[in-house]
Amino acid sequence: MSTLKILVIDDEPGIRSGISRILRNFRVDYPFMEEAFDFEVHEASTGEAGIELIEKDKPDILLLDNKLPGIQGIEVLEYIRKKQMNIIVVMITSYASLELAVKATSDGAYDFIPKPFTPQELKSSIENITKRVFLKKMTNKLQETGKQIRFQFLSVLSHELKAPLNSIEGYLQMIKERQAGPQLESYDYMVDRMLERIKGMRTLILDLLDLTKAASGKGKRDIRELNLVDIANTAIDTMRPYSIQKDVKLNLHGNDTVKIMADSEEMEIIFNNLISNAIKYNKEGGTVDCTISENGNCVEILVEDSGIGMNPEDITRIFDDFVRIKTEKTRNITGSGLGLAIVKKLIDTYMGKIEVTSQPDKGSKFKVKLPIDKPCS
Amino acid sequence: MSTKNKLILIVDDDQDYLYQMKTRVESFGFQTLLAESQKEAEELIEKTKPDLAIVDLMMENEDSGFILCYKMKKKYPEVPIIIATGVAAETGISFDINDENNRKWIKADRFLEKGIRKEKLKEEIDKLLIKINS
Ligand SMILES: Nc1ncnc2c1ncn2[C@@H]1O[C@H](COP(=O)(O)OP(=O)(O)O)[C@@H](O)[C@H]1O
Ligand SMILES: [Mg+2]
Repeated sequence: MSTLKILVIDDEPGIRSGISRILRNFRVDYPFMEEAFDFEVHEASTGEAGIELIEKDKPDILLLDNKLPGIQGIEVLEYIRKKQMNIIVVMITSYASLELAVKATSDGAYDFIPKPFTPQELKSSIENITKRVFLKKMTNKLQETGKQIRFQFLSVLSHELKAPLNSIEGYLQMIKERQAGPQLESYDYMVDRMLERIKGMRTLILDLLDLTKAASGKGKRDIRELNLVDIANTAIDTMRPYSIQKDVKLNLHGNDTVKIMADSEEMEIIFNNLISNAIKYNKEGGTVDCTISENGNCVEILVEDSGIGMNPEDITRIFDDFVRIKTEKTRNITGSGLGLAIVKKLIDTYMGKIEVTSQPDKGSKFKVKLPIDKPCS
Repeated sequence: MSTKNKLILIVDDDQDYLYQMKTRVESFGFQTLLAESQKEAEELIEKTKPDLAIVDLMMENEDSGFILCYKMKKKYPEVPIIIATGVAAETGISFDINDENNRKWIKADRFLEKGIRKEKLKEEIDKLLIKINS
């Protein structure tokens, strides 16, 4: 049995004692958990007193009223977030404002309990949280032992995998019910869309394989002296049909003397992603320029395009897992949003750097620096 | 009072879901208006008032659906909104939209699973439309 500490901050004594009473003999026990949890409830009647107890007792869960006599609940929440404390916060509240709810959620509140609540509502919320505390403990344990499992990643992944399946299933259902009549041609659009979604899933699966390779950083790495111009040429050849189809000109600049100690497969992944993006997010009749040069103890790879570009605020997000920028211009382009995340992870394992400059509607420039033998200056 | 010829706004960031929903809703005899993001929907409702809206929960942001609902209800308090979601179970958000208290601040009228059957969807839309017409 494990005990979770709960702190209740509410100015109504009735609510505080009610919560204490309801949770006194409450236990949470799921078949998948190694141990059951019970609860120890502490109380505070103001935000100020609450913060003192938070510092002293380090509660696992905080049940927080927003309307308090002194500082407000939302300020307590901000305090916890600023100090990056590991506390799950539930707002108990009877407010009618979505703004507050949205603000509270973005400040890290995990759930809301409406006031007045029934014992059952309180219990089911506490049950959910306990499940989360347990999962968090488990992830921490796994991370300590080096097994990185990220639940956030997995839940987004499952969403990304389900979306194309749902879409394909929906179309198949429509076809089965002959919703567009008996003519086969009437279904062309649906078939095309299904093929597109399948293509997207295939990309996702291939990217996931690259990502696991990049994330483990070990695997069977084959480090040897490489000629980067050769690798860039291979990538460009693979991409040639695609660039012809999109009417984008591919140019490679650089000489054969640039050498680096690296794994060729990993270098290919970097080039493939940067060059395919430069074609994908380009305009008809556009160009892509790939330049390889040596600069001090570094190799510099530049991939420049004359494409759709990006806003400054989007640039900061593109290296995160699954991030894709949604605009009218990108809506018909397939992708997993993993390519640049993979590139970034690989470059990190070589102690390199990647920088982006971009202008909407003008184009983007990705600059990679990789150390030849010692860290880049 | 006929519910035909009513204009239904459908908002979802998955273009295929949008197309499938549009086909379904039109097969019930309604007209449709489509938006692929919270932003696009906000622009549309500036000019056009729909009779009902079906809104995805997670679009640009995790709570785009909620925010859109809020803004729509501010502009057109009487227009019913259905939040369609496939993620209620995954997000761990334990709201019950049919609970009076939550209803006060989550402005949607119904929460429906995305995989809902066609007949059931029709029934829900009709129910909400009849309610405002009576
Ligand atoms: N050369 C580029 N020009 C404009 N936008 C780009 C470029 N490269 C990447 N992006 C943006 O960054 C996002 C993430 O890229 P990436 O991780 O390769 O994923 P994907 O290409 O699968 O969408 C893309 O969806 C796109 O919006
Ligand atoms: Mg890409």
